[in-house]
Amino acid sequence: MIFYHFFSNPWAVFALKLAAVFIFFLTAPLFLGYVEHKGLAHMQSRLGPMEAGKFHGWAQLIADGVKFIQKEDIVPDAADRRIFMLAPMIVIIPVSLVFLVIPFGPAAVSCHAPAGAGACGFWGENFDVGIFFVLAISAISVIGMLMAGWASANKFSLIGAIRGAAQLIAYELPLVLAASAVAMQAGTLSLVGIGDAQKAYWFVFPQIARFIIFVIASLAELSRPPFDMPIADSEIIFGHMTEYTGIRFGLFLLSEYAGIVSLSAIAVVLYLGAWHGFFVPWIPGPIWTLAKIGALSFLVIWLRATYPRLREDQLQKMAWKYLIPIALVNILLTMIFKVVF
Amino acid sequence: MDPQATEGAVVSWPAVFVAIFGAVAAISAVAVVLSRNVVHAALSLVVVLGAAGAIFLVLGAEFVGWTQILIYVGAIVVLLLFGLMLTAAPIGKHALDNQQRGVAFITSAAVFGVFTFIIWRSFGSQRIHLNQVVRTSDIGRSLFSGYILPFEVVSVLLLAALVGAIVLAKKD
Repeated sequence: MIFYHFFSNPWAVFALKLAAVFIFFLTAPLFLGYVEHKGLAHMQSRLGPMEAGKFHGWAQLIADGVKFIQKEDIVPDAADRRIFMLAPMIVIIPVSLVFLVIPFGPAAVSCHAPAGAGACGFWGENFDVGIFFVLAISAISVIGMLMAGWASANKFSLIGAIRGAAQLIAYELPLVLAASAVAMQAGTLSLVGIGDAQKAYWFVFPQIARFIIFVIASLAELSRPPFDMPIADSEIIFGHMTEYTGIRFGLFLLSEYAGIVSLSAIAVVLYLGAWHGFFVPWIPGPIWTLAKIGALSFLVIWLRATYPRLREDQLQKMAWKYLIPIALVNILLTMIFKVVF
Repeated sequence: MDPQATEGAVVSWPAVFVAIFGAVAAISAVAVVLSRNVVHAALSLVVVLGAAGAIFLVLGAEFVGWTQILIYVGAIVVLLLFGLMLTAAPIGKHALDNQQRGVAFITSAAVFGVFTFIIWRSFGSQRIHLNQVVRTSDIGRSLFSGYILPFEVVSVLLLAALVGAIVLAKKD
């Protein structure tokens, strides 16, 4: 009875959801970081971390986190102090907000929320404009990158930030186009609605090209290899993050790994059938979602170990001359199919 | 946007938030003009546009609010910052200032006057109902039925701008 009273209070449910989303936002990147350490190491015939926590170095990422917190927070003399200190937060806040709208399961059948049935389920918030919210909010990170690069008063930082901004602008467009084609096919912008629409078949099957465009553009948005031109370590040290130390550098790293998780989750919801499984229907939806997010995140790590870095002009050419025209043709085809069938 | 706030004894929460975000936008807008560093001015502009987006969200126009964030914060200001950093703004603490104060004052006063006049003339007597949420599907329907001609005209305008940009860029 107490439980019933607790869950009928919308504020209590909201607080609980917020806490759950926040815990997932903090733990999933740690887990992914460990998988990258070990997976990358084994792909390159190394062992990776073996010491921390005794068993196969499972506590390596926790140790890294403690190290980041302990280190001195250095601000360069010539830096623009306020902007320099603010930049990591501008980068990480949009990434954390995306976690709020990732749906892990279908809408609950019985629901006591004031909004009525279909308002509760395994998600933080079900916005009417879901996917649009994700695209809009993740566009803000670019500003944090530019702030970090400019405020560092270091030419390598500035070059990195400008490369990063150019890359993010170029790949934002194919990302938005690929996502909008999905919204057209599903007939809704809501992420829960898009997940529901894939009950019969996953959206990846009719339009595999769109899925590939989305994954490539996501990789570029995250500045992950092979799209790590903005932080190319052999040319410009570490791009916009060169001057950062301690917890602020940690925030940049956390935002990169959280970004992998969140963009994988969005790709899963848009293309890989969200919580709909196959063969073994008794496995609950949220487990399916988590498993697919894990598989896609692993693919991101795998690609890092496989492909060399693209040169700056190749990178721009790929976005403007190949991905965007293909995505536009794709939208046209989706429109025709939507009208004809 | 004030009528609702002054009407009746109870001030509603949306009205309070509109006032807060409006104040944030106004203060940041003043900072844009007064800042001696052009990059700081651009970053204050981010706050102005973000607060404007937040006002749209509070007023129930979800789609318009997030469009504001995506287009203005995510694209236009980024391009502005990009251009500044690529050309004018040196790294470090040099003052990035401009001495054309008088012209700037006249221009901004004129823009402020014209906009205030137009908005006052067209919406001054209108009551805004704060609790109605505009669904995205409604915006889509009205855009592709009642407003299809203006929509297409705007697209042609954008296409012209695109062609112009390519012509300018081709010159080298």
